[in-house]
Amino acid sequence: MGCAKPRVIQAGDIADAMEKLCISACCNLPEENLERIEAFAAREESEVGRQVLEMILENHRLAAREQRPACQDTGLAVVFLELGQDVRIEGGDLATAINEGVRRGYEKGYLRKSVVAEPLFERKNTRDNTPAIIHTSIVAGDKLKITLAPKGGGAENMSAVAMMIPAAGVEGVRKFVVEQVRKAGSNPCPPVVVGVGIGGNFEVAPLLAKKALVRPMGSKNPNRAYAALEDELLEAINKLGIGPQGLGGSTTALAVHVEYAPCHIASLPVAVNLNCHVSPHQSITL
Amino acid sequence: MAKHITTPLSDETVASLKAGDQVLLTGVVYTARDAAHKRLIALIKEGKDLPIDLQGQVIYYVGPAPAKPGDPIGSAGPTTSMRMDPYAPTLMEHGMKGMIGKGMRSQEVRDAMVRHGAVYFAAVGGAAALVAKRIKSAEVVAYEDLGPEAIRKLYVEDLPLFVIDDIHGDDLYEQGVAKYRKA
Repeated sequence: MGCAKPRVIQAGDIADAMEKLCISACCNLPEENLERIEAFAAREESEVGRQVLEMILENHRLAAREQRPACQDTGLAVVFLELGQDVRIEGGDLATAINEGVRRGYEKGYLRKSVVAEPLFERKNTRDNTPAIIHTSIVAGDKLKITLAPKGGGAENMSAVAMMIPAAGVEGVRKFVVEQVRKAGSNPCPPVVVGVGIGGNFEVAPLLAKKALVRPMGSKNPNRAYAALEDELLEAINKLGIGPQGLGGSTTALAVHVEYAPCHIASLPVAVNLNCHVSPHQSITL
Repeated sequence: MAKHITTPLSDETVASLKAGDQVLLTGVVYTARDAAHKRLIALIKEGKDLPIDLQGQVIYYVGPAPAKPGDPIGSAGPTTSMRMDPYAPTLMEHGMKGMIGKGMRSQEVRDAMVRHGAVYFAAVGGAAALVAKRIKSAEVVAYEDLGPEAIRKLYVEDLPLFVIDDIHGDDLYEQGVAKYRKA
């Protein structure tokens, strides 16, 4: 048995890939996002709501055509890395390479720099949108998959986590998720995408909710019970009447994505992470 | 049919607007977000002059993306207005007549709109590339160090907006939800 030779990836190539990903993710939205908005526009009950959805579609097409960010809030650069354990990175360290790519991408792409270095006292803008928020998983294989989900502040501010007791059950989860979207109202730029994380613990549930948002919009959880819960939540949310931009209507959410994980016998953590209708994300594998 | 209105807003114009109206706004508007509001309020507390004259003016809650070469501005959709709620009544006391943003306002802000005769508009959040097409010029007039949060003087033409809160205390968000709510 010989040792598998590691596959070398240059840090410079990671930075280059990250730079392109920042610009592309903000300007070129996933095709399924637009298809989903079109489908909801066709059955939106409010005339003003339909008009708003048409404007949103026009905006998203214009963004791709002219390579402009669909939303001025190009967000914090939230990065999910799946790093194959047979990869060896040379020519620099991983976090520095990611941040270098963010710095160049946000500058060259005319994207907004929305990071303050310290949250409470000075709140001084770092002027280059770094640091990125990086979540790394070590996986089998010799590839590096980078997923970027630029995350705006408006929808993020309307997110929440609840540490429920197991007795709260499905009904407790349903009430919490629907109530969170109701309270958010017009703030998170509806129609929203609702990321729900159930299980894990106090820090895992929100991370699951965020990961749920990078699934293709409208995709189903492979577990049938959770897929049914997604459908049920979407239906309940779209009865709230909030509608496109909160002006009233039947399209409050475009999709509900639920992710789950094992948890403690005493716990039922639930997190809701909202995303706006722009919902940008894109991946690349090196 | 959308109403055409121009800035600075006269008392007659403000009085004519009702929650639910669609308007196309033309004229100068000033941008300001959290950090700029904080500085404006600090100046007012110290009794100092503001860098902009607020009489009849409209403040647009936006932090635009940088302009590409040849453009006046980058993508420029509205930000969430509630973050400016703690500051808005004071600015209305000093002459501000209109606000553009997205999302609900507090009861205090709505009461202040009734008291001072001011109106709150929403632009379509996340339609930022489209909104930018209606902005014909932009210049930083204060707080350049704040980057995207600097105060900019914009000239807009036919900016499409919805009247959310009017001087009668009516609110389009409440009306809209009441009309379409099924549970």
